[in-house]
Amino acid sequence: MDGEFRNQSGLTEFQANLLNDFQRDFPLCPQPYKVLAEQLGVEEKIVLDHLQKLEEQKFISRIGAVVTPHKAGWSTLAAMSVPEEDLEEIAETVSACPGVNHNYERSHDINLWFVVTGPDRFAVETILDEIEATTGIDVLNLPLVEAYQLDLGFPIQWN
Amino acid sequence: MDIDPQDKALITAIEDGLPLVSNPYEAVGAMIGLSENDVIQRLETLIEEGVIRRFGIVVNHRKIGYRANAMVVWDVPDEFVSKAGRALAKLPYVSLSYQRPRHLPDWPYNLFCMIHGREKKAVEALVEEAALSANLQDIPRAVLFSGRQFKQRGAKYSQAPAKVGAHA
Repeated sequence: MDGEFRNQSGLTEFQANLLNDFQRDFPLCPQPYKVLAEQLGVEEKIVLDHLQKLEEQKFISRIGAVVTPHKAGWSTLAAMSVPEEDLEEIAETVSACPGVNHNYERSHDINLWFVVTGPDRFAVETILDEIEATTGIDVLNLPLVEAYQLDLGFPIQWN
Repeated sequence: MDIDPQDKALITAIEDGLPLVSNPYEAVGAMIGLSENDVIQRLETLIEEGVIRRFGIVVNHRKIGYRANAMVVWDVPDEFVSKAGRALAKLPYVSLSYQRPRHLPDWPYNLFCMIHGREKKAVEALVEEAALSANLQDIPRAVLFSGRQFKQRGAKYSQAPAKVGAHA
């Protein structure tokens, strides 16, 4: 340990700022990490090293684009009611489909929730049909009708 | 809506994240045959057009202690759903607010929002506050907290559908 203060997630103040401050409007210029470094008052290499570490430790999922639903393909929120004793196994089967992301258990009779994306609506619905056929469990297909609020990131409260 | 194949290739090229090198847009361009300048300009356009709604660091909220993740769903009469959805969207702690179809009889809810927090109790209090603020206190609702996380990663729009059986 270098003796520097760390918050409850084990991050230094510098790392916390790096995570918090660039969730949107990431610089679109030839050397974006240099812009981050200038704002944080350090060398570019420090920013790159810390981002690398934060990615490896899974604090950062990725640096990139969050795409608006149905603008560059199709997606849906899908859900299934799975008997508790089969949940791990069914979840694994569902996760193994390449179009599936964000696969979560949730506290409801309908207890397995996942997002399926694909190039178009047909491709997504084909994946849902295959999941139904493989598992023998009905899949609720809940595609977006209207968005009132998009994911813009949010300020991280550390305490 | 269909987007330009080259823009699709660009979105695909950055699905796993911008590379951590000094000139990341040049590196992305090299993968798909675009110049650094083209990559930057196309990303600017995609953001302006709303195809990309956010461009930046995607934080893993669970990892930093946001473990209470509630999907709050409401059964709102259809004529009020847009108004209610917009009211929820204005609240600073609501990160998503979407209308989705009902599936009767199993699923009567047509309005979805997400509220994240560190503690379940704090999130439950925010749900109450949200109901009051959006005038939804008498509307049937359910709060679904996330449990085990089986998979999380960015959306992949590029793949052809795969056979489930092949992976099971």
